[in-house]
Amino acid sequence: MFQVKKTILDKDPRLMRDVYCDTLIELAKNDPRICALDADLMGSSGMKPFMKEFPGRFFDVGIAEANMIGVAAGLSATGKIPFAHSFGVFSSRRVCDQIFMSAAYAKLNVRIIGSDPGVTAAYNGGTHMPFEDMGVLRSIPQITLLEPSDPVMLGDLTRQLADTYGVYYIRMARKDAVSIYQDGSTFEIGKGNVLVEGRDVTIMASGIMVAEAIKAAIVLENEGLSVRVVDLFTWKPMDTELVARCAAETGAIVTAENHNTLGGLGAAVAEAVTRTCPCPMEMVGTDDRFGQVGTEAFLRKEYDLTADRIIRAAKTAIERKKKH
Amino acid sequence: MEKAEQMKKLRLFAEEIRVATLEELGALGFGHVGGAMSIVELAAVLYGSELRHDPKNPRWEERDWLVMSKGHAGPALYATLALSGYFPMEELKTLNQGGTNLPSHCDRNHTLGVDMTTGSLGQGISAAIGIALGNRLDGRENYTYFVLGDGECNEGQVWEGAMFAPSQKLDHLIGFVDLNGQQLDGYTKDILDLGDMGKKWVEFGWNVINVNGHDIEELFDAIRAAKAHNGTPTMIVLHTKKGHGCTFAEDNENNHHMNFKPEQMEEALAAARKILADAKAAL
Repeated sequence: MFQVKKTILDKDPRLMRDVYCDTLIELAKNDPRICALDADLMGSSGMKPFMKEFPGRFFDVGIAEANMIGVAAGLSATGKIPFAHSFGVFSSRRVCDQIFMSAAYAKLNVRIIGSDPGVTAAYNGGTHMPFEDMGVLRSIPQITLLEPSDPVMLGDLTRQLADTYGVYYIRMARKDAVSIYQDGSTFEIGKGNVLVEGRDVTIMASGIMVAEAIKAAIVLENEGLSVRVVDLFTWKPMDTELVARCAAETGAIVTAENHNTLGGLGAAVAEAVTRTCPCPMEMVGTDDRFGQVGTEAFLRKEYDLTADRIIRAAKTAIERKKKH
Repeated sequence: MEKAEQMKKLRLFAEEIRVATLEELGALGFGHVGGAMSIVELAAVLYGSELRHDPKNPRWEERDWLVMSKGHAGPALYATLALSGYFPMEELKTLNQGGTNLPSHCDRNHTLGVDMTTGSLGQGISAAIGIALGNRLDGRENYTYFVLGDGECNEGQVWEGAMFAPSQKLDHLIGFVDLNGQQLDGYTKDILDLGDMGKKWVEFGWNVINVNGHDIEELFDAIRAAKAHNGTPTMIVLHTKKGHGCTFAEDNENNHHMNFKPEQMEEALAAARKILADAKAAL
């Protein structure tokens, strides 16, 4: 069960990567099967403490992501539980075939961490800015795609991934995150979290857009609209039952993602909506554009990944519902 | 057993594998003939002697592992596994048929005795490294073997693995590269010339042994030497002939994946069965 904090927009004092590393250390102490791999980005992923604690179970493969995924797959064939990290661009599009064949098709047990999603790649610019990672991987059968929205969720999902089987991709903001959930909250993979109840429209958001969705809902509530907000942190498998229920009960849906809407969360939700309970939908995301360099604040504005845009999209969806 | 006698037995096993592989492919009328034929002797030495395995317990934890990175050589591996008792010989006739356990490329989830799924080239070396690391973490002394094609060495991932394995001092990892000089579109030297294959691996830090890949005793000695070697992984470069021992595939530029007529296969089988009979007589 999860509980939403009363004040949810504060910056969490913990960095996401520290939570990831600390959780893995805690898991590895009790489970000798846990291993970690990195591709010369240990400094970024914050995994040095893990390496120091478990030098035999940490493998820095160098700048060779394809090999890293294959090695992770091989480790899992012997019963190990590998967590392999790189920037999201390199741990998705660069290794798509390795994830497909050596991990997923081979039915092995691999966790892949893709950090710096979308605009959070900031100063690394367009080459390093994944607006496509989830879309690239979503067509691989049976893969699970997750985007934890705050440190509490990241910690809980990481712990759960030590005890599941399959191929998982975790889209992880590396540094700052807002604080949404109470400590001790637990989450169910494959189920969206209804954070705010409402009747007029549902905003389904993921990652950094969850906080924007909540901000948007507060403004819309003040304007007299009743807005439901869902944290849809599992992109695959899609929570079709929840999507159908939101479509039926609110009659309009807005998706919000730090990712290309083509092949992204918007597309995934739209598939579920059209198959269950068709209703007007609007999508907030990066609209088939490449990334670019800048501060995260600049980029959020440049790609309009803002509460304002969600508000406009929600109003449009509600208007369309009236004409529907 | 006296070594000479053992070599004769392994030679006989190789010829049995060759005949069984040709029969398996013959039922289809097409297939990856060339690259299956060139590793027959290797399969015989491994499964007949050097690879620790138990056909009754394919997932035995203490077994040696084999990753057939050149996954299209599956038919030769399947024949070897069937002859070793993993599954009935009859099953070889189902190769590539819908619902089969014997797909064109190796699949760990379908075939008893297949340790890793391969087929998209260049990936098996990395999986083999991971398997060797996992076994070492568990304190096992077993070996992990993998087989690369020389054409496969066009793939960059092969060289990512080539750099990584020595850095981990994986001396229980033993690779083979099937240096038959041919790939799908022609001769490797004309398409993407890798130069001196053995030297490449030496430069990356591997213990390298060159052998005639069709010579049972050379293979046997090389694998024994690789096991005795400490501190680095070993790459055994197999100097082979693509299509070796198959009359219509040998000396054929386009023998990677071939269509053949029933009479061509009959002729090839007759020749291979004769050699098999000779090997039996030699015992």
